[in-house]
Amino acid sequence: MARIILSRLFQGLLTLFVLVTITFFLVRMMPGSPYTDEKALPAHILEQLKIQMGLDKPLPVQYGIYFKNLIFQQELGPLIRKDGVYVGEIIAESFPVSALLGVFSIGIALIIGIPAGIIAAVKKNGPLDYACLAAAMTGICLPSFVIGPLLAVFAGLGLKSLNVAGWNSPADWILPAVTLGMVNAAYLARLTRGGMLDVLNQDYIRTAKAKGVPGFQIVVKHALRGGLIPAVAYVGPAFAGMISGSFVIETIFQVPGMGQHFVNATTDREYFLIQGLVLFYGFLIVGANLLSDLAQIALNPRLRAAA
Amino acid sequence: MRRLSFFLLPALLCLTGCQEETQVEKANREGILIIGNANEPKGLDSQIVTGVLESNIMRALFEGLVSDHPTEDATAMPAGAEVLEPDATATVWTAKLRQNAKWSDGTPVTAHDYAFAYQRILEPEFAAKYAEMLYFLKNADRFNQSKKGEILFVVNQDPVVPSDLVAKINFGGDSKVDLEPLGEEPQWETLADDSQRSLFLKHKGLDKFSKEQLEWISQDLERFEWPAEAVDGMAKHIVERLIQISGTHLWEMSKVGVEVIDDFTLKLTLRGPTPYFQQILKHYTWNPVPRHVVLKHGTMTQKGNPWSKLGNIVSNGPYQLKSWRRTDHLEVERNPHYWNASQVTLNGVRFLPINNSYTEARMFRDGQMHITYTAPPEIVDLMQKENPKVLRQEPYVGTIFIRCNTKREVLKDVRVRRALNLSFNQQEICDKIMRGYKPAYGMTPPMAGYDTPHAVAYNPEEARRLLAEAGYPGGKGFPRLKYLLASRETSATVAQAIQAMWRKELGIEIEIENKEWTAYLAAMQDFNYDLAFSGWIGDYLDPLTFLEMWTDGNGNNLTGWSNPKFEDFLKQSHQEADAAKRYALLREAESVMTAEAPTLLLAWYARNYLMDPAVEGWHPLLLDNHPYDVLRLRTTK
Repeated sequence: MARIILSRLFQGLLTLFVLVTITFFLVRMMPGSPYTDEKALPAHILEQLKIQMGLDKPLPVQYGIYFKNLIFQQELGPLIRKDGVYVGEIIAESFPVSALLGVFSIGIALIIGIPAGIIAAVKKNGPLDYACLAAAMTGICLPSFVIGPLLAVFAGLGLKSLNVAGWNSPADWILPAVTLGMVNAAYLARLTRGGMLDVLNQDYIRTAKAKGVPGFQIVVKHALRGGLIPAVAYVGPAFAGMISGSFVIETIFQVPGMGQHFVNATTDREYFLIQGLVLFYGFLIVGANLLSDLAQIALNPRLRAAA
Repeated sequence: MRRLSFFLLPALLCLTGCQEETQVEKANREGILIIGNANEPKGLDSQIVTGVLESNIMRALFEGLVSDHPTEDATAMPAGAEVLEPDATATVWTAKLRQNAKWSDGTPVTAHDYAFAYQRILEPEFAAKYAEMLYFLKNADRFNQSKKGEILFVVNQDPVVPSDLVAKINFGGDSKVDLEPLGEEPQWETLADDSQRSLFLKHKGLDKFSKEQLEWISQDLERFEWPAEAVDGMAKHIVERLIQISGTHLWEMSKVGVEVIDDFTLKLTLRGPTPYFQQILKHYTWNPVPRHVVLKHGTMTQKGNPWSKLGNIVSNGPYQLKSWRRTDHLEVERNPHYWNASQVTLNGVRFLPINNSYTEARMFRDGQMHITYTAPPEIVDLMQKENPKVLRQEPYVGTIFIRCNTKREVLKDVRVRRALNLSFNQQEICDKIMRGYKPAYGMTPPMAGYDTPHAVAYNPEEARRLLAEAGYPGGKGFPRLKYLLASRETSATVAQAIQAMWRKELGIEIEIENKEWTAYLAAMQDFNYDLAFSGWIGDYLDPLTFLEMWTDGNGNNLTGWSNPKFEDFLKQSHQEADAAKRYALLREAESVMTAEAPTLLLAWYARNYLMDPAVEGWHPLLLDNHPYDVLRLRTTK
């Protein structure tokens, strides 16, 4: 087990290093700079601003300084367009919001997706199965940037009690979380259905049925553990994906999470913020994958034995 | 599990969503105005920020010598200064400050705070992006640009160096010097060869030399290229003086026109007669900063000084900062120490950084904000039909135009540029696409007292004649130009309309090139474009804000066009104290510019937005700078 964890950690670190390096050079290849504004800056001001941020130095030197600060001072750098604000500060402020949205969304996805998948598997090829499959396909095919505005319009015009944007009360969590959760619920339903069907076709389930074990008990006690493995494998990365991939949703519903900062940072060419957020997202995804692997090992005796 | 999923969501919806009162209704009751403010402010230090949305917040938090009038654009309200008097030439202005004006921590606002603020924004090391707004002050530009040579020998009238010689000496550096022989990013330390070092210094200019570099020159004065008039003794004196002052602070020596007479009297000496100075003073760059708080949290020029962060900031305006959650909201509340606190009507203002106009419109309809930042054209149509009471369409001091890259061969010909401008129907574009905008016949939009010259009017016949005269009859042989724009809905539609009109009227084809905002700006600034959809919003209510940018070398010109006659009229206007005569000079300048059409004039701006009828006291203003302290909210419940 320790060997697997160490190996995964090493792979994760390598991934993060490559990710940061690629991002570092890619963002600097984008046209314009953090100082590109509608009103052009006088040359003497521009020169001084670059000196202040170390952006006057050759690119390899900047790269070296970035890694030096990252490794030895755990410093992700300042914002270039916002005086006195640091990348760490932005992440510390906005991550809890994105994480809360992620937790709430994954909760919705689990509550809808898992039971739907189980029902579809148990009622295989029946009307309920087809209904679940159709709903899941719709959820998968409709992107969140379509569901989001539709829900917002529905809420704004139909459900007067829900705000169409903002993050002031728990009621404001509902629309963005449902939007994000629905897409993932659809995937989860399909994965759970597949996993459950696999298990329900196993010999030991047939034996249990032959022994007269009630259907509900077969599903809950015997099939669920194995049937959920594909869903569990999906949940970890999906959770990280929800936090990191909710840019559109955060913008549509004015959620003060990391996504909005990422979108603005790209437009503003905020080099350090883009790098910092990419690194943080990378860290989340690597971490979530590791946890998901560990959960699969815990659920699957064969994997446990191999570890 | 199944039961849970059936009941949980509806239950959540009911439990958490039972709000009978909308945000606006609640805010009306509490006296809080909720405004859409487009985006997250870059900061709250009025000497660092540069945008319109920041200025909306600054107006609530800070107050300068004068402030905006709630109904009249051309009038300035007494604010920090009880009295502001110009001398006979409108060059020296004396401000008698209000003795009961206080910062939100109770400390009095004094002339020292203003002087400190003006020095701070002009400090070269501070590198304020908007320092140019203070160039109206005498010698401010020299100080801000570290023009040591001029400061030493012209401002201080050095007896050894005649001022006309200063203009001939390479103080500012020659950016046209080819540094390629020195390799990539040459550094002084790595240059061993004397000729290479001389080349490097020629590029830099005397003003920027370090002490070490100056000493190297003083060892052999021939190492620097001097004009013939600068005899050896004079050159030696110049270098020695520069070495002498190396490392010393230039503020006092620069004699910038800021003088503290006493705690409550400030004297400002300007670069020339400026009868419209009160208009300039309304700009937030002229706000004072709390010297005691800035110095408590850091140094004057320190970038990242946390004085303006939540918890540290103190302000002198009608409001003080209450809360700020990035990308969510910023709220200000009453400043109990404001000198006119009893007259402030609103209890607070909440600014929402919504950068999507459709989200804003949805929020407005949902009762989540009183005033939107903007309204998309579709909403304008809808609101005109459904609820015209909430739709506001007001003129705004800005111009939409198309920049021509006059470095391109075909666009060098003024006849081509004029033909392009005369052949699209501005009225039709304004009516059908840019709702509320007005066809622009000049660069300066209408403002009181100034008669904008009539430079263009839709005339396709004349356009065809001009194009034929330029050698492209019926558009034959005309190159396929690229029309650059930023990926924004309206500008793309306008581009398509103009493309069709040029095809129909002139028989020419253009290609529309849509780029992301920063890439678009970069392409324009690199002159990597033919035609570019552009706009300019005035910083203050004077034609100069629309004309000065077209001077040679101005970073915002970006057309490659310049005209000495145009610049001469502008220079003359800087010395004219009589307002009418000054406007006449500016009109001449504008006529010269628009006749040559480096920009194709399209429309004068309008502001389309939505406003809840509960807001009272909000009147149309050309600069859209509404003072918050006179606004009221009508409680509807």
